[in-house]
Amino acid sequence: MAEHEEKAVSPGTPELGAGWTAGGVTDKIAGVVLGRGGPWTRGWHAHWRWRSALLISFGGVLTLLAASTWLFMRGVGLFGVNIPVAWGFALGNFVWWIGIGHAGTFISAILLLLRQRWRTSINRYAEAMTLFAAGIAGLFPIFHLGRPWFAYWLLPYPNRMELWPQWRSPLVWDIFAISTYLLVSLLFWYVGLIPDLASLRDKAASRGKRLGYGILALGWRGDARHWRHYETAYLLLAGLATPLVVSVHTVVALDFSIGNTPGYHSTIFPPYFVAGALFSGFAMVITLAIPLRHYFRLHDFITLRHLELAAKVMLACSLFVAYGYASEIFTAYYSGDTYEIHMTQDRFTGMYAPVYWVYMFCNVVVPQLLWWRRARRNVPTLLVVSLLVNAGMWMERFVIVVQSLHADYLPSAWGVFLPSVWDWVFLLSSIALFVWLFLMFIRYLPMISMAEMRGLVQETAEEAKP
Amino acid sequence: MRRLVAPTASTAAAIGVDGGRRRVLKLMAASAALAGSGCGQPPPEKIRPYVNMPEGMAPGDPVFYASTLLRQGCGVGVLVETESGRPIKIEGNPAHPASLGAADAQSQAAILTLWDPERSRTVMRGGQPSTWTTLLDSLATQMGQEAAARGGGLRLLSGPVSSPTLLAQIGEILARFPEARWHVHDPAGCDAAKHAALQLFGGPVQPLYRLEHAHTVLSLDAELFGPSADGLRNAHDFMNARRGEPRARMYALESTPGLCGAVADTRIALSPAGMEAVLDMIASQLGVSDAMAEQRPGPQAAWVSRLCTRLSAAHGASAVIPGHSLSSRAHLLAWRINTRLGNLGRTIHPIAQRLPPAPLADGTHDAAPAPEGLGALVQAMHDGDVQTLLMLDVNPVYDSPGALDFARGLSRVACSIHMGLYRDETAHASNWHIPMAHELEAWSDARSFDGTASLVQPVIAPLYGGLSAHEVLDMLAHMRTRSAHELVRAQWRNAWNMNDAEEFERRWEEALRRGVIEEAQADRLVPIDEKALKARLPEGPGPEPQLIAVFANDHNIVSCNQANNAWLQELPRPYTKITWDNAALIGPATAGRHGLRNGDVVSLTSADKPDGLLAPVWIVPGQAEGVVTLPLGYGRHQGGSVAQGRGFDAHVLQEVRNGMSLRSAAVQLRPTGQHHAFAATQHEMGLAGREPVRSVSLHARDGADAADAAPPSLYPPRQYGGPAWGMTVDLDACIGCNACAIACQAENNIPSVGPEEVARGREMHWMRIDVYHADSGGRAQFQPMACQHCENAPCEIVCPVGATMHDSEGLNVQVYNRCVGTRFCSNNCPYKVRRFNFFDYADHDPSAAARANPDVTVRQRGVMEKCTYCVQRISHARIEAQKQGRPLRDGDVVTACEATCPTQAIVFGDTADPRSRVSRAKASARNYTVLAELNTRPRTSYLARIHDKEAGLEEEDDG
Repeated sequence: MAEHEEKAVSPGTPELGAGWTAGGVTDKIAGVVLGRGGPWTRGWHAHWRWRSALLISFGGVLTLLAASTWLFMRGVGLFGVNIPVAWGFALGNFVWWIGIGHAGTFISAILLLLRQRWRTSINRYAEAMTLFAAGIAGLFPIFHLGRPWFAYWLLPYPNRMELWPQWRSPLVWDIFAISTYLLVSLLFWYVGLIPDLASLRDKAASRGKRLGYGILALGWRGDARHWRHYETAYLLLAGLATPLVVSVHTVVALDFSIGNTPGYHSTIFPPYFVAGALFSGFAMVITLAIPLRHYFRLHDFITLRHLELAAKVMLACSLFVAYGYASEIFTAYYSGDTYEIHMTQDRFTGMYAPVYWVYMFCNVVVPQLLWWRRARRNVPTLLVVSLLVNAGMWMERFVIVVQSLHADYLPSAWGVFLPSVWDWVFLLSSIALFVWLFLMFIRYLPMISMAEMRGLVQETAEEAKP
Repeated sequence: MRRLVAPTASTAAAIGVDGGRRRVLKLMAASAALAGSGCGQPPPEKIRPYVNMPEGMAPGDPVFYASTLLRQGCGVGVLVETESGRPIKIEGNPAHPASLGAADAQSQAAILTLWDPERSRTVMRGGQPSTWTTLLDSLATQMGQEAAARGGGLRLLSGPVSSPTLLAQIGEILARFPEARWHVHDPAGCDAAKHAALQLFGGPVQPLYRLEHAHTVLSLDAELFGPSADGLRNAHDFMNARRGEPRARMYALESTPGLCGAVADTRIALSPAGMEAVLDMIASQLGVSDAMAEQRPGPQAAWVSRLCTRLSAAHGASAVIPGHSLSSRAHLLAWRINTRLGNLGRTIHPIAQRLPPAPLADGTHDAAPAPEGLGALVQAMHDGDVQTLLMLDVNPVYDSPGALDFARGLSRVACSIHMGLYRDETAHASNWHIPMAHELEAWSDARSFDGTASLVQPVIAPLYGGLSAHEVLDMLAHMRTRSAHELVRAQWRNAWNMNDAEEFERRWEEALRRGVIEEAQADRLVPIDEKALKARLPEGPGPEPQLIAVFANDHNIVSCNQANNAWLQELPRPYTKITWDNAALIGPATAGRHGLRNGDVVSLTSADKPDGLLAPVWIVPGQAEGVVTLPLGYGRHQGGSVAQGRGFDAHVLQEVRNGMSLRSAAVQLRPTGQHHAFAATQHEMGLAGREPVRSVSLHARDGADAADAAPPSLYPPRQYGGPAWGMTVDLDACIGCNACAIACQAENNIPSVGPEEVARGREMHWMRIDVYHADSGGRAQFQPMACQHCENAPCEIVCPVGATMHDSEGLNVQVYNRCVGTRFCSNNCPYKVRRFNFFDYADHDPSAAARANPDVTVRQRGVMEKCTYCVQRISHARIEAQKQGRPLRDGDVVTACEATCPTQAIVFGDTADPRSRVSRAKASARNYTVLAELNTRPRTSYLARIHDKEAGLEEEDDG
């Protein structure tokens, strides 16, 4: 730093407010974690809002623990599943959470490779969101199993019975897809965190924090060599993560499209699922960004431009998803297949039709607002749209999973799925777990990459030089 | 016997009732469980420990005993499979005329009742546990008084009795107490039919149908194939006649859809009065009516006239069969028509009901007068003429018409003794209750519907310390306690007139082994009284009320003893698919008129019962409009936790006229706005444009092909070395009786899940009987549906752990201990025949462990299960064949469903053997597979139903 006599100051670009120095950025972000500055940054005693959010979400976490204990004791019959609808909320939640866990890696990896500057201030928390969502998603297939204590049988491990998983089953592919995704996302996130952890180590006041962050920082000293290795590793990981963005949800889609059930058995599913995942992922990014920037006064870091760009991605995804919906309907009628046509008509008018039309409204109609620049730059509108999209995408998964099954081939076997109390308990408490994990994250880790923000300050300052 | 019963009961008394009935029951249950496991008190006969294996008996090798189960007093022969002394399954007895190898759902479910831990275990006195000794003392005093009064206050009430031993005992009592009376209460029977027969034959006469000789059958609300003494045989005979040339025809007029309607060439929904009008028209056309029936031209007149022509054309080979809901006059008309059509002695045999022998002064016997009905008994009770009332295995407090008010009469009887399997309503209302031994626990004998005698052989010592009716009657008559075994043997020693002990033993053994007593001749025909036949008919029915209630026997719960049976409770009714409940069945138009939907609770009232009853309705296509069918057998207050508190008691509205319990009543219906949630297993009964069930026309049956062409496959067909098991189900022969579903449940240890779980769509039956309303007339098509054992099984490719796969013989097997419960297989099964243990459904009662089939795993919670083609039976047959050093032969493997089917609609065997029965069935042009377009290539195929166009009454031109 010695060679820079004059401190770089951000001139104010769409991605970053004016007047920020490298030190200022670091102080602002680290302040949230280290409890310095502003009413919102002093942990437990900070604010009643913080306390209630923490307590409520932690109550939800405890509920989830208790509910899963009861579930493992009593059996999967607690859910509303039956024959013919053997998959219910648990699978819908799984797909929904995996979808939410999509945007993080997309933002960090693909946007990094595409050198998109606007990723800088949102990638960290988006990656955290990805990790938490994918982790929660991973719980649901276990909740859903009849004998969850044998879940490890889906893994290929050498055993005395010389039994291996049945490789033709997409559920086995799923295990690999999700665990790989989780692992790479975790690595990517952690590697990105290392310089920031070192900053926190250096800034922390208490010995405990210095020790904790110090261990996690893996001896980072900000050497040029460190930086060179770091940049390479980060790029490589981005390269690794990029195909995973596509593969995870493709495999999740195959869980359905390999099946012969009308409503599952469709070749459009993999791209359509990936688009849907990005759609709900970006909706969640916006849902999280708006309160973050509001409560932590991050308007200079997460700017309207960030929100606008995320909204544009959401709009594009919405169009893609709408194309998927249309193509499903078209294919059903074009095929002339009795079962496909019946399934589609049942979607329009059957017992789950209200859910269908509501998600059509949420996922296709509502995002069209985002064609207008004013809507894209209006924060309350964005919040409402993103929440509706999140809800709509959950309903879409519900309809795909449940409605397709409830009236398939033989009319005699048709049945109805009605969610039980436990279905709702698991859905809501999984959301609570997500919120709790996220609150813990913003309390203990920098929610925006300080290192990258410093780079951005430098970069914008240099660009602004005549 | 005292030794047997007294200690248990006195233990119960000693524990003290203040400790609570619950505690006593618990202890009793524990002791009974111990008794069941062989550690209890030994019976007084010599027993040998099982340490030294009896010769020819190996554990794991089931032993079959021939016995007889009673259906409305008539015997139905069965074979009881026992495993190490524990009865585990009931099959039909091929040697018995009422079974011919088949067993209906009720017979097979008897095994569950046998082991039911809620059966009565203790002598009860006024609600308190008592002892047999106390009862004997009290009875001795009572009978002493009765003897002094020549039995003036003694009444005996039983169900219909065919047992020669029991009849002889009743005869003895009636001889000993000349003023005593015997009453018969038959809630499942038809008083109107009995009344008509009495008029025409001068005595109690029952029609015996010989449908194998029939060509044209007209059924008027008759439950020919229902759970009755002759249902199995009727189904068997009629289907044989159908397979013959020319094909037999069935016309069904029904107030509510029944099993006859499903196989009928033409089915017409009519109210009972409408049916009587049709009978009038036929009688008039045949010239056997004294009044010319009003002949209004119209569509009805047209088809009645066509029907009449066909009945006449089949002279001597037709049968007009009225059912329970018809009036006595209609039954008289039917007899007349049948007489004119020359059916008597050919398709319909009037046979006399057996009566107790009455000893004459010269040492010979005459028949005692026919038993009186329930009405006379209630009258006597109200008049205070009854001091001692013994009720043998009946529950009139529950199942007598509400108009009689039996309970009030009973309260006026000084000493009322009830004997039954359960502490039911009557047991609670009586002074004494004696636990009765189950039919499979005590010796007895019975006659079948056609008079063939057979022995009721116990297969296990009384599990809960019950007594047999013979023992109690012997007590009553002689104040002594001979065992039922002795009594039955004495009866047959007399009947066979045999003094040679060795010869008797030989014959006795033979009778036991075959399950049929050879020499017992079928009953003689009773000549019809010509004068009565020509007498004036009573007045026809008046104007029809707007809404008439028909009291029908339930499809499943026919007698009170079956109500605590979870298998029968959970068995879906053939048409409504309702389980665990009864419903007021109404037609769509009637429902529309009152704005009712399924489950809406209505209040039904009659002129006599302004309070009426509350009943939820179920709308049945094919129900006659203006008729509400009320199945009996529900609304129980006592009699076990399974039986109690379900449905409504329709007996309340039942009326009595001239001593006859009426099967219909004029009622008013009023919606209440309440709603009842039913647990039904099938919700959609339309075909939705699909073809799971198919039919071919009669003349095309050898030409046109019902099957679709098999779609091509990229993969070569899999080759298996051994037999390739396969199955066919003949939809033309399936009558939807549900026997196969219960056979499967008993064979494969399938749990009952209860109404809440059924309502959530989690019933466990591996074999479900789908019903489709394929045409508008309310004629349904049944389709037994179980795992199809696809060659390209969609379930297999999606299982992540390989828990479902093909075995070496091409069976699609489910490996329970590998299954983790992803349920993907069920999603991917287009037939949705897989069943999942959402909870721990298995019954963990010790009695369940005792009755379980040891060859079939009891499934843990969280695993998938489904039809295995009875793989345990396949293994058993294979091992047997290997032991004998021969290849498997066709017929070595008989699946449980196939074995019990009364019409042999199900055929199982090796499809790799071109000469096997199943291969020949599959060669039929009627053979097709369901959802063939999915290229799953099922091993189970169906034979399309035959549509005999010419047989229908709809066409203008009739032959």
